[in-house]
Amino acid sequence: MSRILQDRDERRPETHPLTFRLNDDGTPVMLDAYREQQGYASVERAFSDLTSKTLIDELKTANLRGRGGGGFSAGLKWSLTMQGEGIPRGYIVCNADEMEPGTFKDRLLLEQQPHLLIEGMILAGFANNAYQGYIFMRGEYVDAARTVQRALEEARAAGWLGRDVAGSGWDFDIALHTGAGRYICGEETALINSLEGKRASPRAKPPFPGQSGAWGKPTVVNNVETLCNVPSVVLHGADWYQGLSQGKSGDGGTKLYGVSGKVKRPGLWELPMGTTGNELLERAGGMRDGHTLKTWLPGGGSTGFLLPEHLELALDFDTIGKAGSRLGTGLIAVVADDQSVVSLARNLEEFFARESCGWCTPCRDGLPWSVKLLQALEAGEGERGDIDLLESLAVDLGPGRTFCAHAPGAAMPLASAIHYFRDEFERGVTRGQGAAHADPIPVGSI
Amino acid sequence: MTHASTSTAAPIATDGFVLHDEDRAAIAHEREHYPHPQAASIEALKIVQKRHGWVPDAAIEAIARELGVPPANIEGVATFYSLIFRQPVGRHVILLCDSSSCFLTDYEALRDAFFAHLGIGFGQTTPDDRFTLLPVCCLGACDRGPALMIGDDTYGPVTSEEIPTLLEAYA
Repeated sequence: MSRILQDRDERRPETHPLTFRLNDDGTPVMLDAYREQQGYASVERAFSDLTSKTLIDELKTANLRGRGGGGFSAGLKWSLTMQGEGIPRGYIVCNADEMEPGTFKDRLLLEQQPHLLIEGMILAGFANNAYQGYIFMRGEYVDAARTVQRALEEARAAGWLGRDVAGSGWDFDIALHTGAGRYICGEETALINSLEGKRASPRAKPPFPGQSGAWGKPTVVNNVETLCNVPSVVLHGADWYQGLSQGKSGDGGTKLYGVSGKVKRPGLWELPMGTTGNELLERAGGMRDGHTLKTWLPGGGSTGFLLPEHLELALDFDTIGKAGSRLGTGLIAVVADDQSVVSLARNLEEFFARESCGWCTPCRDGLPWSVKLLQALEAGEGERGDIDLLESLAVDLGPGRTFCAHAPGAAMPLASAIHYFRDEFERGVTRGQGAAHADPIPVGSI
Repeated sequence: MTHASTSTAAPIATDGFVLHDEDRAAIAHEREHYPHPQAASIEALKIVQKRHGWVPDAAIEAIARELGVPPANIEGVATFYSLIFRQPVGRHVILLCDSSSCFLTDYEALRDAFFAHLGIGFGQTTPDDRFTLLPVCCLGACDRGPALMIGDDTYGPVTSEEIPTLLEAYA
């Protein structure tokens, strides 16, 4: 069970829209308790005061950016689905397939705040004229699946789901769909294929899911945390939501930030968007005794390495982007001074190689190749030219060369690891260096 | 799709496998959630696996018939997803997280201790059919690395010394 490490006194409705309701013992907040704390009030407000268009406008003004890692404007995504009149009604899909290495935030929301997610999905359904929602949850989240299923039944029995939702005349229901493993299912179009009961290969775009997604219908796919932010935007308004991050970031709202690795107090905190890495590391109690920080990943295995000095930066999408990495999911993984960046890069590329769906060639062939090169460097058996080859592979795996973001996600930590820690990689090169290293170079060793 | 048409689709053994009535009902219930029956295929595979421990070829054929989709479609799905087992596994499957946060909190030492304690490597089952050991993607328990699952239970952080006690509960 993941726990939020902030005291209840610190978490207030005015400042912590995602976590103020959480129970200190980590038990799920079910319907009665949820209703006592403004639960489903945003749905009532939407039905009485808002239209699909005004709700989406509010979301755009709030500048809520997608919390699955991409950071795309949630309001803009929804408006792309709504363009044109008379479009067929479609689907809202919650991406609860959290498998990004180093990411453990959605699990907290799924296990402890299921009604917040359901409320967010109802609002998404209302704004996008949908008739069915799916929560696509990874198969390993067994406790979360039980809790969410129970919450769905509660919501249905109370009239928040099903026919004529809360007397609005609009029908909307949500089904839980659990997956069977594979990281690629978190990719938007691969997720849709998997939902349809197919192999989770990504789809070529266009058409974008907003026009033609699940079963050919307009489909909106949002991350758990993104959807959980929507009720507070609707209830309190865009200005209030923007104000949560005032002075720290242009991105609206708060973020579930976390720290993992060799720190004293690994965990999760809800903090204003734009909180610095230093503040986050301080919350985590700093590095474990005897360790200093060498490098860190800002938001999962598909983000680029940053240096200790980058901890001064605001952890928001644009700032981290300008520093050459990506905010990703905003959960930082710290690497201690005694840990090898080459080994970690090998671990990351192994993950991506194993999880490649194999649909397109750069990813299917390039990632195992990168693993072989990294294994050789790690073992101190690298050949001259291996590092250059890895760098060129990172380019060939990069944006624009593949169907989806899986390979570019693998390329980013690889390229940045070499960029910042080339000397560590060079220590692994022992072959083809001249007379001092007279070992024969095996033909076709790669 | 009729039985006659599926029977020509793929050389899959059908001998001796019959879907349990309860499983047929559960699969039928899943179908209702989707506009197309194929969407229930992953859940159907999981339902069958829950009862049998793994998914034999004959079960693929049975699910295909139940859902009215070609067996090749079910086979394609069954071979893609890592939590669908296409060969027998032990009574308890241990999923050991090998992703970055666990890697940074001494996963490799834990892995080697499991190999030594169980006498098997990844993808293998102990001779008494008690445990199968598999690697798994990030379990979303990065604040508790190194983490692992046994059956439906998640544990972390786990040290090498704790392995014998941890496994005692799984007979």
